[in-house]
Amino acid sequence: MPTELNVPDAAAKTAEAASQEFETEKMSLAMGPSHPSTHGVLRLQLELDGETVTKCDPVLGYLHRGDEKIAENMTYNQFVPYTDRLDYLAPLANNAAYAAAVEQLANLEVPARCQSIRVITSELARVSSHLMGLGAYGIDVGAWSVFLYSFTEREKLYTLFEELTGARFTTSYSRIGGVARDMPEGWTDRVLEFCEQFLPILDEILKLLTRNKIFMDRTVDVGVITAEDAIGYGMSGPNLRGSGVKSDLRKDRPYWGYDQYEFDVPVGSKGDCYDRYLCRGEEMKQSVSIIRQAIAKLPGGSYYAEDARKIFAPRKDKVMSSMEELINNFMIVTEGPQMPAGEVYFEAENPKGTLGFFIVSKGGGVPWRMKIRGPSFCNLSILPHICKNELVSDVVSILGSLDFVMGECDR
Amino acid sequence: MSETLADDPIVALQTKFPAATSRDSRDHPAVNVPIAEAHAALQWLRDEQGYDFLVDVTAVDWSETTSPRFTTVWHLYSTSNHVYIRVAADCADDAEPSAPSITSLWPSANWHERETWDLMGVKFENHPDLRRILMWDEYPHHPLRKEFPLAGIETELPDIEVAEETNAKVISAPMMGGPFVASNKGEMNMTDAEPRAKDESWNEKKPKPE
Repeated sequence: MPTELNVPDAAAKTAEAASQEFETEKMSLAMGPSHPSTHGVLRLQLELDGETVTKCDPVLGYLHRGDEKIAENMTYNQFVPYTDRLDYLAPLANNAAYAAAVEQLANLEVPARCQSIRVITSELARVSSHLMGLGAYGIDVGAWSVFLYSFTEREKLYTLFEELTGARFTTSYSRIGGVARDMPEGWTDRVLEFCEQFLPILDEILKLLTRNKIFMDRTVDVGVITAEDAIGYGMSGPNLRGSGVKSDLRKDRPYWGYDQYEFDVPVGSKGDCYDRYLCRGEEMKQSVSIIRQAIAKLPGGSYYAEDARKIFAPRKDKVMSSMEELINNFMIVTEGPQMPAGEVYFEAENPKGTLGFFIVSKGGGVPWRMKIRGPSFCNLSILPHICKNELVSDVVSILGSLDFVMGECDR
Repeated sequence: MSETLADDPIVALQTKFPAATSRDSRDHPAVNVPIAEAHAALQWLRDEQGYDFLVDVTAVDWSETTSPRFTTVWHLYSTSNHVYIRVAADCADDAEPSAPSITSLWPSANWHERETWDLMGVKFENHPDLRRILMWDEYPHHPLRKEFPLAGIETELPDIEVAEETNAKVISAPMMGGPFVASNKGEMNMTDAEPRAKDESWNEKKPKPE
């Protein structure tokens, strides 16, 4: 009797296998703290189902230096170099924002020239920060050449910063009641020269990305943040405006005479990574326009508040020729600029978002408590919400589009 | 900013919450509320007064000898009217301060409250996930409290188990000789303690070592 061959139908077998439920395991993956796309020392503790992120838990604090504690133990001027290290890609903007917060405490108005210098330096810092953000974002999503172009431009800016402040990176340019020194002779001309040649190059840089198929595939409709979420999670800067919220402190609560300059506030429509990128690109053009206007209108006069004799240290030639000024200088250096008691909160529109300082003073030259609101800290807090159900590769894209810096996140 | 606009929210808040008092401030309108009413007051400000943006949650330590010792401070901003308001509430317990969590009102409060718990030790009730955020989970202190020394307190490092596993010796950074560490009651000569000063211990009377 011939044996009956039992050859099961292949299709039926496949169907049977497919109907069975496979036990799949979720994988835990630590992305960072040393990972090229986490721009510093951020660690994302991811829980993955295949390539899909089911849970994202950011782990912070690798760059925590206790800046707030340090601030309570030194005079107001001594803290200026520490503000360089908050958003270390835009130290000039941090310096100015911090000084403005302390001046608000003293109810001190700085002269128009000082305000213009702060506007020019803050906007230059914004351009340099966005150039870095753009270049790094390009690398994150696979476009290397953008970085080479934007870094070349940033290098030119750093040469200008060096001429102005003596340092390329950690500028420490502000003092309470003014800036460290006036702009050198011919510096504004060189800034204008930079602006002149920068705009065509910026267009070229943006051309590399804006209609780039690969770049658009990786950013359009990825990491969408609704306007409601953006406000709820306390986002600020281009990340908030990318979601369509027209909120810019330079327009809404003008400081340093920002109301006398004409500029537009670019806002996004969808709130995806692509919109945030577009906002940054346009903001640089607006910054250049502000710089040009500020230089055209540059007022004369003093670069520091001359009447604030207990706050801004007198000039060296005065110290050497007048006993009173010598004593004043000594008191400001040893005991700090004298501040009244009280509480203030000031925030400025920095490249990464609104950098805020909440200062509680009991009088004297040292703050009792200083809370620093780092925009990157708030911007990152949305990560668990938007990274859920995204692919791992999109997490990289989202991180780059938020353009955060850990220095001010961990403080 | 006109005077009436700035005064409005506080007067309005006081009619709704009679226990609220005006708070000294050098810039924005500020108000003190009882800690039990803080959540309701913040919700009312958000829903009725248009303060839709939570800027900041933090706390202030008024020193160990002061009571109430801790004050929790919220800053709100209105994205439509472009004004800030500061809301402050004194924490009841000086040893174990606590405040209501407003994570249900603004998701951004989540991290701010974790940071305040981490650095200042104010416990936020009904917080969904009150873990430390900047320091590691096992860290025993709250560094922004006034009794915490600037130089820090030596503690066990987070990777103790790793050290045991790998047999590697984990040595924390030395406290003495740091930029903020002064000599402890004359126990130590600063020139010995401060490494950078070591090579400069000579002067006119003491020759430079060869």
